[in-house]
Amino acid sequence: MTEGMVMNLVRLLLYLVGMIGFAAFNAAYLTLLERKQASWMQLRRGPTEVGPWGLLQPVADGVKLMSKQLLLPRDVDVPLFLLGPIMVVVPPILCLVTIPFSETLVARNFNLGLLMIFAFGAISTFVLMLAGLASANKFSSIAAARIVAQNIAYEIPLLVIVLSLVMSTHSFNLHTIVDQQAGGFWHWNLLRLGTNPLMPVAFLIYFICLLAESNRAPFDMVEAESELVAGVFTEYSGMGFGLFFIAEYVNIVVGCCLATILFLGGWHCPFGLLPGLHWFLIKMYALCVMVVWVRWSFPRTQFYGLLNLSWKILIPLALANLLLTAVMLKLF
Amino acid sequence: MEEGSLHLEKQVDVPPGLIHFAALDNFLNLCRANSLWPMTFGLACCAIEMMATGASRFDMSRFGCEVFRPSPRQSDLMIVSGTVTWKMSTAVVTLYDQMPEPKWVLAMGNCAVAGGPFVFPGQYSVVPGVDKLIPVDVYVPGCPPRPEALIEGMLKLEEKLTGRRRWPTVEAK
Repeated sequence: MTEGMVMNLVRLLLYLVGMIGFAAFNAAYLTLLERKQASWMQLRRGPTEVGPWGLLQPVADGVKLMSKQLLLPRDVDVPLFLLGPIMVVVPPILCLVTIPFSETLVARNFNLGLLMIFAFGAISTFVLMLAGLASANKFSSIAAARIVAQNIAYEIPLLVIVLSLVMSTHSFNLHTIVDQQAGGFWHWNLLRLGTNPLMPVAFLIYFICLLAESNRAPFDMVEAESELVAGVFTEYSGMGFGLFFIAEYVNIVVGCCLATILFLGGWHCPFGLLPGLHWFLIKMYALCVMVVWVRWSFPRTQFYGLLNLSWKILIPLALANLLLTAVMLKLF
Repeated sequence: MEEGSLHLEKQVDVPPGLIHFAALDNFLNLCRANSLWPMTFGLACCAIEMMATGASRFDMSRFGCEVFRPSPRQSDLMIVSGTVTWKMSTAVVTLYDQMPEPKWVLAMGNCAVAGGPFVFPGQYSVVPGVDKLIPVDVYVPGCPPRPEALIEGMLKLEEKLTGRRRWPTVEAK
């Protein structure tokens, strides 16, 4: 074995251990954050008794989920039913491979990183749909049909927004995109009004699409518990359900990482001082808190409201944004 | 009860394990006791008190048991909160059967404990106690029980699982 191969293997192992650890840690403690934040918003205390400040609550939940019985209902499509939870966790962890957390901390920096993230991000939708159909349950099937409609509707404005961003940055490489935003918050893509005066609107559209793509309230049609029992998760018990839960939170983390990179200057400080990992994490977790904040503030929309918002407002706005970017690029 | 015994025949004896890992069992039980997810399931007025238990003044989320799961497949605890009629009994038993092991049942309120005010000669519609249908772990009497009583019931269930009591008992003066 040559030196290069050894280095590659070491990198691969570091990536696997690091990313799975990062994903699992985030999934576990974002649930706690969510429960705590919900409690604060509803004037409650949240988990306090399990460990100091409830810090051991995710451990208790995880071990309990792992020790629950795994039920196989009678009519399910067994291979698909069992594959669903596994396949839903893999794409978001794969997406983390090309996220640059700081100047040097990235598993693989390659040219089409942005494209790769959206390619793998689209897989989770289909896995959720297959899991819903494999469950052989009427609620799961309805939820599966809804997911497809919802995710197609929201992937279009998301991709159009990212396309206009790529037009103004001239790069699919996430590292390059962050590098262009160095030196203070007025250089961030969010506030680069010279290339496109609609940038803040683009960020808002991206954030709404992020909520819809990661199936969070007010767009949680996947698990509409007031209408569809538990949506596609209805028949999943124990860790099968736990994996869907993990995937949901890792999807949020990936979406917030991408928002930080594309709009908020990645690892750069807002005032041009001390760039590094900490700024990236501060921005990312601030966005995660916002996602949870939105969830506990708004009731679930109805399904036609969800589609109307996308097809009648977000897509025309995103297309206008794309056109404006093209015009601005041509003129200036 | 004639109808009740029909349901009881469906119970299967679970053979005890040959080997016990005491430390692991204790750890698993500790984790299970600290994350009892109840089912979103209310039958009558006791359910209103159950909702109050989850709300801000009483807050059962302190013990990690506020995650009301809509699907029986993901819940550990069935809080039978209210009157069970014979017409509803099949649904209750189905929901109980759909829960994966290990699972527990908490009978909340006098109706679920023993039929409450509905036990009188000639009464034909109410099950006199949900333990005629499914095995019950903790009984919480009251009409309806106060939220404190429901929390005490959850603590009793935790005590049943771990063998230890979380908080000191309050002595009546």
